[in-house]
Amino acid sequence: MALKIVKGSIDRMFDKNLQDLVRGIRNHKEDEAKYISTCIDEIKQELKQDNIAVKANAVCKLTYLQMLGYDVSWAAFNIVEVMSSSKFTYKRIGYLAASQCFHESTDVIMLTTNQIRKDLSSPNQYDTGVALTGLSCFVTPDLARDLANDIMTLMSHTKPYIRKKAVLIMYKVFLKYPESLRPAFPRLKEKLEDPDPGVQSAAVNVICELARRNPKNYLSLAPLFFKLMTSSTNNWVLIKIIKLFGALTPLEPRLVYSCVHVVKYLGLLAMSKILKTHPKSVQSHKDLILQCLDDKDESIRLRALDLLYGMVSKKNLMEIVKKLMLHVDKAEGTTYRDELLTKIIDICSQSNYQYITNFEWYISILVELTRLEGTRHGHLIASQMLDVAIRVKAIRAFAVAQMATLLDNAHLLTGNMQRNGICEVLYAAAWICGEFSEHLENPMQTLEAMLRPKVATLPGHIQAVYVQNAAKLFATVLKSQEGNTDSTAAQETSQLMIDRLPLFVQSANLEVQERASCILQLVKYIQKLQQKDVEIAEEVNALFAGELNPVAPKAQKKVPVPEGLDLDAWINEPPSESESEDEQPKAIFAKEEPKHSRPRHTEVDEKELARRREARKQEQANNPFYIKASPSSQKVYQDTPGVEHIPVVQIDLSVPLKVPGLPMSDQYVKLEEERRQKERAEKKKKEKKKRKEKRSGRGKKHDSGPESEEDITPAHQVDIVTEEMPEVNSLDILYFVPLADSEKLPVRSHRETPKSPAEDGDTENAALQEPKKKSTKEKREKKKDKDRDRKVYDIQGNLQDGSQVVVSVIFENKGDSFLKSMEFNVLDSLNSKLQRPDGSGPHDGLTVPFQLPPGVSNEARFVFTVQSIIMPQKLKGTLTFIVKNEDSSTHEKLDFKLHFTCTSYLITTPCYSDAFAKLLESGDLKGSSVRLEGVNMPFHHLLARICFHHHFSVVERIDSCASMYSRSIQGHHVCLLVKTSGQTVSIDAKCDEPTLLGNVLDEIKQTFSQC
Amino acid sequence: MIKAILIFNNHGKPRLSKFYEHYTEDTEQQIIRETFHLVSKRDENVCNFLEGGMLIGGSDYKLIYRHYATLYFVFCVDSSESELGILDLIQVFVETLDKCFENVCELDLIFHVDKVHNILAEMVMGGMVLETNMNEIITQVDAQNKMEKSEVNQDLTYSLFYLPV
Repeated sequence: MALKIVKGSIDRMFDKNLQDLVRGIRNHKEDEAKYISTCIDEIKQELKQDNIAVKANAVCKLTYLQMLGYDVSWAAFNIVEVMSSSKFTYKRIGYLAASQCFHESTDVIMLTTNQIRKDLSSPNQYDTGVALTGLSCFVTPDLARDLANDIMTLMSHTKPYIRKKAVLIMYKVFLKYPESLRPAFPRLKEKLEDPDPGVQSAAVNVICELARRNPKNYLSLAPLFFKLMTSSTNNWVLIKIIKLFGALTPLEPRLVYSCVHVVKYLGLLAMSKILKTHPKSVQSHKDLILQCLDDKDESIRLRALDLLYGMVSKKNLMEIVKKLMLHVDKAEGTTYRDELLTKIIDICSQSNYQYITNFEWYISILVELTRLEGTRHGHLIASQMLDVAIRVKAIRAFAVAQMATLLDNAHLLTGNMQRNGICEVLYAAAWICGEFSEHLENPMQTLEAMLRPKVATLPGHIQAVYVQNAAKLFATVLKSQEGNTDSTAAQETSQLMIDRLPLFVQSANLEVQERASCILQLVKYIQKLQQKDVEIAEEVNALFAGELNPVAPKAQKKVPVPEGLDLDAWINEPPSESESEDEQPKAIFAKEEPKHSRPRHTEVDEKELARRREARKQEQANNPFYIKASPSSQKVYQDTPGVEHIPVVQIDLSVPLKVPGLPMSDQYVKLEEERRQKERAEKKKKEKKKRKEKRSGRGKKHDSGPESEEDITPAHQVDIVTEEMPEVNSLDILYFVPLADSEKLPVRSHRETPKSPAEDGDTENAALQEPKKKSTKEKREKKKDKDRDRKVYDIQGNLQDGSQVVVSVIFENKGDSFLKSMEFNVLDSLNSKLQRPDGSGPHDGLTVPFQLPPGVSNEARFVFTVQSIIMPQKLKGTLTFIVKNEDSSTHEKLDFKLHFTCTSYLITTPCYSDAFAKLLESGDLKGSSVRLEGVNMPFHHLLARICFHHHFSVVERIDSCASMYSRSIQGHHVCLLVKTSGQTVSIDAKCDEPTLLGNVLDEIKQTFSQC
Repeated sequence: MIKAILIFNNHGKPRLSKFYEHYTEDTEQQIIRETFHLVSKRDENVCNFLEGGMLIGGSDYKLIYRHYATLYFVFCVDSSESELGILDLIQVFVETLDKCFENVCELDLIFHVDKVHNILAEMVMGGMVLETNMNEIITQVDAQNKMEKSEVNQDLTYSLFYLPV
């Protein structure tokens, strides 16, 4: 026996092990199959030996070969032998082989039952483990039935390693032997709360798989899983539970929340992390995040809010805020609503209102927010109102109108008197209405609103602002009323003040009392003067003259004290009591107002002044809160990087919208959308043109990227954008190409060229054809890129009487869509005007009298009136049209330019040589000349070209010299003497209008430089 | 459930195949080839999930794979498994291999496919995830290897003892 073992071991040393086999296969790449078949023969020999080590080695090699696709089922019995080895090493090899190649129809499996049972109960946990692992792969219904009990016992094994495997394999057992499920289930359920996380995880795994097959039986476990989900730190378990809930939710909708919430929360958390590094990728999920605002779970809503803050851009601000506003309306509980409110304001005001393109909209949002009940952020809204009204000049009129409405409806806001309540906005409203009262439509009404007795119930600091601003309003009202003949109105106003103010004089608040009594006395004095018919409005207004500028609280500190200046020393005598009355009240109004340093009149030289100015500008530039109205300081902002984005000074409000009553911010959203859509359409067009540009290789190149955030221009800059449009469209310059048939060509019939008329005629024709074709082709190329419905434009100028030009335009629809309702419009210049039918305005377009199906072209003529013809000029124009597709129709436009060359004002007029000579002799004509170099064409071609392109006729031709004549529509004579020698052509020209002549010669030069 | 775990190299040579469902050897080879074709033609920068694959497919199944240097690790799973979970599992698998082989490379897998199987057996059992904690996996694998080693030594001592002088 011992000898046998030794022999076996020695034999083994000469056998190939797995590594040798692999190496051998790698070394026999050419005859791999042959090599392997010899190996299999060897293996067969090895398997015949008694030595278990040799057999195990052989089985191990077989497992490898199985992976390579060789059928090893013939060795099944040997595998069972190896599995039965008492040694773990061999057992493992055996079980691995079995798991790789045994299946239900492997008949030797039935022989394994007892061996497996033995292994399962082995004292060595790894024997058990290996058996379980192997069994999990090849368990049959018979094995399941026979071993179910053993495995169930293992589920309570002392070693967690065994427990988790036993639990997991139970699923396989259930599958093969479903009857086992009922008795095993209680123990399985128990395992959900196993102290070992691995066993827990296995139990979750099994139940999840079971639940997938039959969800409703596992609903009762939901609370248990929920507990696990909240307590487990194992991600794998969490994922599984969420998957399980996914299977259960169709039966129990309540579960959706619990699991969706976890996922949502985690998702949002992850997003906020991604946002910091990849904002773009998160922005695309905006809708999803907005949906999360509807979530029942407050922490998810707050998370979503956080995300939104980082996501806003000019593009989506309005949309996001609109959604948020909806949520504000719906929100339950003031905490969340307040959170929403602050978020809205945060989002809008971040980076100095960087993302706001329309401040009217923002004011409306603020006003809408005041309607919130019970908010604690009245102060926040108020400060935003003040900030915007002060910093955005263009918005003031609108803001004032809104604030006046607020004041009028103050009773709606005064419900909440607590500190920081919504009534705080009245503070802002009163101040804005007072300070910018010149914008008020009906100051009198606002004044009355501010002096209502109910005001006395407001908090003291608000009353104080009311009183002070009532005085400002009073001044404004006086001013408007004093212009009238009826002085009683003004006196009545004063009386109103005198009637109402005493209420405030009695106020318990010292500041209110002080201001009220001060102003009351003032008004009484004014009334006295009024009764004497003294005009005092001017003086009253002087009290509040000057504009308040917001300055950062510490701005003054940063201005260096000039050397030699002692701020504490009196420079003049102490001021008398009457000093600068108008400055005092101001200081009270704005908290932001810096303390006025004592007036100093030190003499400072120019240099020092300049230095200080510079320093101050620097300071202002660096301080975004420091807003100046003067144009010079505006420049400072624009020149300084970092502050230029502050939209304050750039805003040029278009016609302010008059919104009756409380505004609806929604309409701005709509407006904005429309505007953007328009912009986008224009941009698309631009881009198309740009592409076209590149193709034809002409003109300056622009970067054309996808519409980026920066492309969105604030609403109030639209004007600028449209102004730029024609520039970009300069490519659409349309050429005047005289058309042979429309001109009736006097050239041909009246030309006096005695020599070789036939030949000339032919070349003339050729010359006539060629350029026309060319220009059409050129344009076609340019338009080809336009994927859809574009047109080829050909413009032919035609001349009739002294001041009229006829432009023929060929519209060709190159696209697949139907074009209709085309309107042709040109921006008239002083000199040239499009003739429009009687009764239409100067900016009306002309309807093109036809429609264009795809691929069709047609010609339309337009008459222009021209005053002076001596200069060429370009007219900008637009063609608007409706593109009709099967399912939709869009309104589009195409910008173009009409180029009126001087040549187009010339009419080919025949002239006889004696008349020509007489004309030259008259001495009325002024001369000019031009030389063309490198003209490489026969002389008669050259002449034909001049005739064709520039509407001349040949008067006489002698060898390489020719005289030519043309006449302008206004009767200018143009005479040419064209001489050629080699490649040089010299043209001497005479005309009674030197400017016209110069331009014509330039154009001739141009013509030849192009060939 | 995991239906199959495949490891093959950039040329489609199988380095490990573990099917948790029975197929004939020919079918298995076909599946490996097809999976290789599906996975290998995908760019590096596309997602790690792949649906389809006629043999292994079915609408409920998808391939989740990762590509490490010369090797593809492909798991074929049904919808009960989370894609990200499996991706993480592949990572755990590879890291475990790396620990067990000390800087694992393709050659380790070529010559020691049995060891790879043993490691995998501690992670996935019968198509179900058994353990995702790498330390736990390594502990168990090491313990078993140690046992194996002691057995081999025993064996050798025993043999030498009886070796004729």
